[in-house]
Amino acid sequence: MPEQLAFTIEVFLNGLMAGVLYALVALGFVLIYKASGIFNYAQGVMALFAAMTLVGIQNGQVPFSHLINAIFGTDVHKFGWSVHSFLAIILTVFVMILLAWAVQRFVFRHLVGQEPIILFMATIGLAYFLEGVADLMWGSELKALNVCAADGVCLPQGLNLWIDETTFNTFGYGFFIDNLDIVASIVAAVLVIGLVMFAQYTKQGRAMRAVADDHQAALSVGVSLNFIWILVWSLAGFVALVAGIMWGAKSGVQFSLSLIALKALPVLMLGGFTSIPGAIVGGLIIGVGEKLFEFLIGAPYLGGATENWFAYMLALLFLVFRPQGLFGERIIERV
Amino acid sequence: MFYREAGDFSTTYAEDQQTFPIKFDRYRYYVVLFIAIFVVPFVINDYWVNSLLLPFLIYAIAAIGLNILVGYCGQVSLGTGGFMAVGAYACYKFMTGVDIWWGGELLFQLPEFNIVFSVIMGGVMTALVGVLFGLPSLRIKGFYLAVATLAAQFFLVWLFNRVSWFYNYSASGQINAPERDIFGVLITGPSTQPWATYLFCLFFTIVCAVVARNLTRGSTGRKWMAIRDMDIAAEIIGVNPLRAKLTAFAVSSFFIGISGALFFSVYLGAVEVGEAFGIQKSFLVLFMIIIGGLGSIFGSFAGAAFLVLLPVLLKVVGVDWLGWPTDIVAHLQLVIVGLLIIVFLIAEPHGIAQLWRVAKEKLRLWPFPH
Repeated sequence: MPEQLAFTIEVFLNGLMAGVLYALVALGFVLIYKASGIFNYAQGVMALFAAMTLVGIQNGQVPFSHLINAIFGTDVHKFGWSVHSFLAIILTVFVMILLAWAVQRFVFRHLVGQEPIILFMATIGLAYFLEGVADLMWGSELKALNVCAADGVCLPQGLNLWIDETTFNTFGYGFFIDNLDIVASIVAAVLVIGLVMFAQYTKQGRAMRAVADDHQAALSVGVSLNFIWILVWSLAGFVALVAGIMWGAKSGVQFSLSLIALKALPVLMLGGFTSIPGAIVGGLIIGVGEKLFEFLIGAPYLGGATENWFAYMLALLFLVFRPQGLFGERIIERV
Repeated sequence: MFYREAGDFSTTYAEDQQTFPIKFDRYRYYVVLFIAIFVVPFVINDYWVNSLLLPFLIYAIAAIGLNILVGYCGQVSLGTGGFMAVGAYACYKFMTGVDIWWGGELLFQLPEFNIVFSVIMGGVMTALVGVLFGLPSLRIKGFYLAVATLAAQFFLVWLFNRVSWFYNYSASGQINAPERDIFGVLITGPSTQPWATYLFCLFFTIVCAVVARNLTRGSTGRKWMAIRDMDIAAEIIGVNPLRAKLTAFAVSSFFIGISGALFFSVYLGAVEVGEAFGIQKSFLVLFMIIIGGLGSIFGSFAGAAFLVLLPVLLKVVGVDWLGWPTDIVAHLQLVIVGLLIIVFLIAEPHGIAQLWRVAKEKLRLWPFPH
């Protein structure tokens, strides 16, 4: 097999893996958008917040220690214990549910019936607020995230030797695939299947779909909108936590984590805001597209770093021909 | 009591249609202008100009521009930072003489433009780019468009980072404003007088505000508002959506380009595109118009003033008085801005401008409540 082709295939595969991670973030958007028509810009910051909370709980950090120290002149930093990963994840899920409740209770309950664009701007405000709170709570420095089931059994990282060897023996060229990406893909697949099952087969899931379909009709048959919205935000918080763990384990927990939301936006545009399969397919297309573009055209001819905008341009061009995205509901307007 | 209308009759159509029909309003406006032009330049120093007045004036222009697009025409844009960058870089190229190369040879080079025309050309170029990126708005609406404008943001910043022609092949990749003057008075460069830069920006702000105000009062503005309120209905009653949307994009980008040009040349002097015109700038200007009030020129000023003052105020209170570390104050600022956005959206979706309108109404009726 010629080397160039092998390279391309490797880039393709890595693009697929990256796409899975984009899709993971995009999923959180789709959940909230479907159920409440809110385009949640804060999803990326929620991932950051979740990952920071997880690390903070794991390391036994005192929340708001910097602020407390600044106000009272004390010197507290840590409780002096460390929490097992599983327990920390469960606690973080509780924090995210609490957050979902608070967001629903204090923000969006007061904005019911407003124009979608107002709701969108409210989520930008929420993103700023959450980011500030996360930094105040846990400190803004770069943190390493280690999720371990037991001593030595952690989220794997680095080159997958098995794939490297097998492909080297078959093609004469070893593919570089990150172990973490493989785990992320599996987790994402499990998560998607879980979400779809939840939506299809449980009572709450059905209620969720009913709300997504028609608020008023759902309300009139006895579905509690408040509960469903909290549920949806909690689910989105959970998805954010998963995305935060994956991205955090990959590149450390820091501010740039919140920018993955910006990566998920073109994925959504491509796939359609209302479609879970759209988020996944869109993620894969964007992931593969931007890696291949960077490899084949961006780096050799355009001076590199095209990954920043390629996804948006692709989505933009695409939207001109199909304004509702690949799997989105057709937009029908009446006067 | 205040805002007395009694005896304030207009006898001609021209009087009836003026911007400020109430006499008191009009005189207040003249007084503000008088103070801004003839008093402020004599009492200000470097600190006031650089930390408050220049950013306020420049952001006010950007906010007016974005308000035309978002508040009047209803097309949400997150590409403000990118468009400001276009203004800045176009201004820079025209200041230093645009050079056109073909096949390694210099085809021709324009002479260096005066700073006034460089700034205006910055606006014109941005208007062209804005129209280009506004084209998808004919097909795409709402969120999809908001996200699509991010394409402009990221692409433009990337472009100015990568293509060295834009920064005249300088080694640092930065653009530096060379010294330029009007009638011998330095406007850009390191050794300017505070009053000169202030008056220069004030001039552009006043012109932009007056132009924007009158555009939005006329048929163009009404067409924009018709598109904003319901585009299909607007089309039926004879508004051409293509023209309305593209003019909104052009005018809005023109103002944003001017503010970007001023931001670079007069205010900062040296700019690295990713830092100065990143996505944060887009959000900042968007916040200004949300807090100030969508669809209001006064709101653009109020929002700009608010968000320029807030960090300064927080810094004075947090760092200088309470002695907190700067990073905590910076984080608190995020929290406060985020909270304010949410509170404003819940309590007063029309922003400070609406508060002002309500206050004015109360003052007109005072002391009787009805």
